[in-house]
Amino acid sequence: MRTIKHIGLIIFLLGLTIFSTLPFLGTYSMSSSEIDQWVEQKRIKSELFAAALQEDVADRTFEGMMELSPVIEKNLEEANATHRKNREYDKVIYTKATDMAAEIGKQAGIGFIAEKKGLMWWATFGLGILGALMFILPNVILLGAKGIKNNGIYHQNATNRGWIAWGVFFYLIAFYLILYFRPQYAVNWTYLMDPISERLSGNQAGHWFVYGFMYCTVMVVMGVRMYIKYRHNRYQMIRTTSVLFFQIVFAFLIPEIMVRLQMPYYDFKNAFPLDYDFFFQWNLRSLINSGGIGIFILVWGIALTLVIVPVMVYFFGKRWYCSWVCGCGGLAETLGDPYRQHSSKTLLSWRIERWLVHGVLVFAVGMTLITLYSFFSETGTVLGIKTSGVQNAYSLFIGAIFAGVVGTGFYPIFGNRVWCRFGCPLAAYLGIVQRFKSRFRITTNGGQCISCGNCSTYCEQGIDVRAYAQKGENIIRASCVGCGICAAVCPRGVLKLENGPEKGRINPTEVLLGNDVNLMELVNRK
Amino acid sequence: MPKETIAIIGNGISGITAARHIRKLSDKHIIVISSESEFFFSRTALMYVYMGHMKFEHTQPYEPWFWKKNRIELVQDHVEKVDHQKKKLLLKAGQPVSYDKLIIATGSRPNRFGWPGQDLKGVQGLYSKQELEQLERDAPDKETCTRAVIVGGGLIGIELAEMLRSRDIPVTFLVRESSFWNNVLPEGESQMINEHILEHHVDLRLSTNLVEILADDNGRARAVVTDKGDTIPCNLVGLTAGVSPNVDFLKNSGIALNKGVLVNRYLETNIPDVYAIGDCAEQEEAIGQRRTVEAVWYTGRMMGETVAHTLCGNRRKYNPGHWFNSAKFFDIEYQTYGWVRGEGSRPKEEGHFHWRHPQEKICITAAFHTDDRKFLGINTFGIRMRHEVVDRWLTEGKSIDHVMEHLRDANFDPEFYRTYEDQIVSAYNASFNTQIRPQKKSWRRILNYTGS
Repeated sequence: MRTIKHIGLIIFLLGLTIFSTLPFLGTYSMSSSEIDQWVEQKRIKSELFAAALQEDVADRTFEGMMELSPVIEKNLEEANATHRKNREYDKVIYTKATDMAAEIGKQAGIGFIAEKKGLMWWATFGLGILGALMFILPNVILLGAKGIKNNGIYHQNATNRGWIAWGVFFYLIAFYLILYFRPQYAVNWTYLMDPISERLSGNQAGHWFVYGFMYCTVMVVMGVRMYIKYRHNRYQMIRTTSVLFFQIVFAFLIPEIMVRLQMPYYDFKNAFPLDYDFFFQWNLRSLINSGGIGIFILVWGIALTLVIVPVMVYFFGKRWYCSWVCGCGGLAETLGDPYRQHSSKTLLSWRIERWLVHGVLVFAVGMTLITLYSFFSETGTVLGIKTSGVQNAYSLFIGAIFAGVVGTGFYPIFGNRVWCRFGCPLAAYLGIVQRFKSRFRITTNGGQCISCGNCSTYCEQGIDVRAYAQKGENIIRASCVGCGICAAVCPRGVLKLENGPEKGRINPTEVLLGNDVNLMELVNRK
Repeated sequence: MPKETIAIIGNGISGITAARHIRKLSDKHIIVISSESEFFFSRTALMYVYMGHMKFEHTQPYEPWFWKKNRIELVQDHVEKVDHQKKKLLLKAGQPVSYDKLIIATGSRPNRFGWPGQDLKGVQGLYSKQELEQLERDAPDKETCTRAVIVGGGLIGIELAEMLRSRDIPVTFLVRESSFWNNVLPEGESQMINEHILEHHVDLRLSTNLVEILADDNGRARAVVTDKGDTIPCNLVGLTAGVSPNVDFLKNSGIALNKGVLVNRYLETNIPDVYAIGDCAEQEEAIGQRRTVEAVWYTGRMMGETVAHTLCGNRRKYNPGHWFNSAKFFDIEYQTYGWVRGEGSRPKEEGHFHWRHPQEKICITAAFHTDDRKFLGINTFGIRMRHEVVDRWLTEGKSIDHVMEHLRDANFDPEFYRTYEDQIVSAYNASFNTQIRPQKKSWRRILNYTGS
């Protein structure tokens, strides 16, 4: 069994290595006529840029994106500079230079990687999935009888912030930086996914499709790990199934199918303000111009945030969204599960959390108000603030850096819910509802608590669960996503997540069960 | 007037609970002395540190700033002597500490029954932080420790077995009783745990006693001899045959001792202004069916809370409610409420209803009075119970039939877990010729709504 695990690990690392070298490999070449065709198809009005491409790119061969990208970036910037100087604003190209390099790269790829798409898929994703499953499946036997299996978590390098964890940390950060800021280096990855993308939406794969597919793959493989690890716990089994279902069907398949049916790209579950650009001008216009389905999405999106989400939080707590439906939560609960113990439980981090997460909520709502004002009054500035500037700042700092790079990159060192805890504006909003108007609570059998600390240690949201449990106080916290792990790891059966009457939700803790004091006397004294 | 000084010896759950509640109720000067650790930690969680579930710091329920903020002075030193006439504590390293009132909360230490070889290297109990550290040194992995022998089949014994098995160290488990913990557990439950111990590849030897521990040339344990005539080679011997009060330093101090520090219901010793709580305290007269010395986390916590009230001007009797306890045997959680006796100590009038799942390691035993069918207590394995509900049944003197009918109210398992009330109650009906139908869970009953 251990041998299978080791072989699996080697196969996985092989797949990962091939995948990781792809951004640096590949041959790119376009003929003069292909460039003309592409310029026309893209309706590029800058004759300067077109001429520059003919001059510098046509009929040349570039080895690797490192050669091609600078040429395109330089020419694009020069062409734009000239147009701006000549006040030919209609000719300025607003596509970012890096995106332009990615687009041209996608057209220009030749050679092994671009042609043997299926083989390359197997050499990367295929090996990765196979190797990971070979690494994970033997645990059915190796873990022994079913039950909580956290043995060795703090002895192992990978889960105890050792060099492997730091390696994963930097790898994930690098991956997200490419994804968000240097998509041209992801071009080779998109080739592998073309066959699947074409079958789904009819289009070639972009780097976001690669990301979406990879997201689903990682969640499924690590979901298998969850199924094995928590096979004694039906709450975890069902919850894992739920996040996998919503990720694959809603977040991944439905939007692709919508595109195939000439409808707007929408997944029906990503709610504003997590879906922060829902009210951006381009999205509103696109929805309004998409006929009935567009209007339906618009109404659905607004109802989701204003009615459906809070009503569901009232009945079930924010867990129904954060740890049963949400994609960010889904990744955190599968890929992030081995790292959940790293969230900080200090009072200081709780203070930072409250300022930060509510700050982001205020930012998101403020930005949206400005956006809507601009939309309806058709101006570009509100009170002297440029709407697009605010949007770009939010997209960059919150949407890309916080949610993406930090959100996932920080898993191995700071725990798997950094984004959900410190940054997600939707979580902040649901948290307020959960705290003040909900039937959800974690009931505590305070008498049986031995203050061991397993609950606090494994709380991914950094809640000091023990502080409540040992006092017999029900846990009613805005940040609780209801993953249920505290109740799972408790050796004494102290914690239970449940939905019940609001009356009695916040319980008196004057007397911990066990000490039989005269209750009437206690009441009279007060 | 200067503030009154309360000195507390011991920073375990009892001493720290007392300190916290004294601070809640008063502005007294509080000083806690312990040589074991700088900060309070959860003793019952030490096993998880060895198993790698947590780091030692995670077993500390309060952050280091907590003590300063709450003005609880911590002294890491060992109390050598108590001079109650001068109201002074003599410390091993530091200056003597004067007090106005003293709380003794020194806990327990592992029993050693004079076995030959019990003081050899590689022989240890598992109670203190130091013993955990010693285990880490002597049994870091299965290469260094090729076999461990555990002597004593109680809660600490099985925990030590679980710890060592988590590092794949072969374990031989010597249990004096004919079945694991059957002096406490009823037969069916004890039997199920035997099976579960074997599932974890522990060499379980029932009805077996330790005769002698053999030494190698370096004075380390090399083997164990049993009363069955076996010699078992090993590198580590865990002595887990119970604990007794850690009170040796009080001999000849004038404070009355028996097994532990003798206290009355107010937790007062024979000396004015000296109190004892937790594992080290011994009740002069047993409370109900409880033992006079109760080495249990929960009772320590209750005594700590009680003595704090007494010291803050509200003299309060130690009045523990219904007995409860819990433990975990490898993967099986165990909870008990009220009294359910093992075969040896079971009174004639205590009837049992036992149900065990046909495949899973899940079972319950409910005890009742055979005359009036009053509910006396329940043990559950693999099913969690809602403390509040069971406690109320006991207080209200409900019948076993009532308990069976409302069993769903007491289920505390996580959502979506399979529930077994139907099987349990139909087995009960079959045994007692009753026609009880389990009722639906009722929040109204659970939260004890009265009126509206």
